[in-house]
Amino acid sequence: MSVERIVVMKKTLWRKGFAIAGLLAMVVVSGVGCKKKIADPFPASGAVAGWDKGDKTQSYDATNLYEYIDGGAEQYISAGVVGVSTSDYKFQGSLEATADVYTMKTADGAKTIFDADPPTADSKSVQLGDAARLYGQSVVFRKGPYLVRITAFEAAPGEGDALLALAHGIEGKL
Amino acid sequence: MQNRREFVKEMVAGAAVLGVGTKSAWGQGKAAEKSKVVIVRDAKLRTPGPAPDETRVTAMLDHAMQSYFSAQNPVQPWKQVVRPGQVVGLKLNSLGRMLSPNVALVTAICERLQQAGIKAGDIIVWDRGSRELETAGFKLSNAPGAVRFLGSDTEGYEETAVSYGSVTTRLAKILTRCDVLINMPVLKNHNIIGVTMAMKNMYGVINNPSTMHGSACNPYIADLNMIPQIRQRVRFTVGDMMTAVYEGGPSYRPEYAWNEDGLIVGEDQVAIDTISAQIVEHKRAEKGLNTLQQKGTPLTYLATAADAQHKLGTNDPARIALIEQRIG
Repeated sequence: MSVERIVVMKKTLWRKGFAIAGLLAMVVVSGVGCKKKIADPFPASGAVAGWDKGDKTQSYDATNLYEYIDGGAEQYISAGVVGVSTSDYKFQGSLEATADVYTMKTADGAKTIFDADPPTADSKSVQLGDAARLYGQSVVFRKGPYLVRITAFEAAPGEGDALLALAHGIEGKL
Repeated sequence: MQNRREFVKEMVAGAAVLGVGTKSAWGQGKAAEKSKVVIVRDAKLRTPGPAPDETRVTAMLDHAMQSYFSAQNPVQPWKQVVRPGQVVGLKLNSLGRMLSPNVALVTAICERLQQAGIKAGDIIVWDRGSRELETAGFKLSNAPGAVRFLGSDTEGYEETAVSYGSVTTRLAKILTRCDVLINMPVLKNHNIIGVTMAMKNMYGVINNPSTMHGSACNPYIADLNMIPQIRQRVRFTVGDMMTAVYEGGPSYRPEYAWNEDGLIVGEDQVAIDTISAQIVEHKRAEKGLNTLQQKGTPLTYLATAADAQHKLGTNDPARIALIEQRIG
């Protein structure tokens, strides 16, 4: 192999190396600040005492969020929503609830949504994530870029404790 | 009902006869009249259980319709809304199992329509999404000879776009298949535009509603309702106020929901939306919340819908003949 040929090969390798390094850099840079949706933020059936998870987990991103919250999507989009994952739950075989996990671009986005809801007379702040509020039939909390809302569809004794338990289960997976 | 107590704020004599067969719209020859809006509430709607009683829901519907049309029986009003041979669509506003038109209410209207001469197979209960309908408690069906329950996501949209003002859109094929549309919204706060009821429900008959939420949906809502294929078909509104939301909407939020246990009916959608906004404002004040104006979500679309260009109805309370009644 001639010296000239070796030099050309080295140059080619260097070029390829730079190209690969450049691509890697682009991937890293593009990933900075981009919050990925948690693949599965929902505890499995039995993971939280009394709670069974529904079969389906559905996900929506900013482009089709309106299919899930018709008319309500704009508030989330303007706050920088990346997407939402939702799943149904049932407590002790009867109390039905839906858990929504919104992923925002930033923690500020989650705070914007959280702060938009005024407290009610029967609501109270609870220790969970960065901030949380327990209402009669629902619990809402935020943690970093995540905004989680669990809503029960009927009033039931001990509901608040059950909702909080599920909320803690989700919070632990974020 | 003998034990009913009626609180008639302003009685309007004479039956309102709609433009059956002529596809007339509000505002054509009605500008000088007051717009009639009827609200019926039932204090015993949720007896014995926590959910609305089906029989009482039907009674509430009949009462509202007979009051609106000054009719002697529950079928007569529907004969002024539809005529045999027409395809009638019931456009729902499905927002989950807790905030959607009541199943018993929809069933009752389907029965009254059939008693008024509409074939079961010519009645289409529909909304934008099949999943939304199912979640609201309706079983999808397209069986011939029976009432159909369909979503636009499966039936599709017209190829050719239509336009009015700020709106360019493609209409749901179910809409264009119908001769008459009964608008069936639910009462709720909306975090962008304050309150939505009748007019915004037409966002569910088009393919691109997500593009029309800027500027508090103004002038999109008014412009959309001006599109002839929509305006000519929307013959009557039966608004479900049994469960409503005064904050955090349009989704169901139990912490901000209350049982109004009523129906609101009428032809003038702007008037219905105006009265609906007042009801939500009243509830917000009762709960110690600021007004929708203070919150930064005033209902600017109402004035646009009522303006000289659109003339979709009136947003002037002085020009609304509101009849409120209680049964039970």
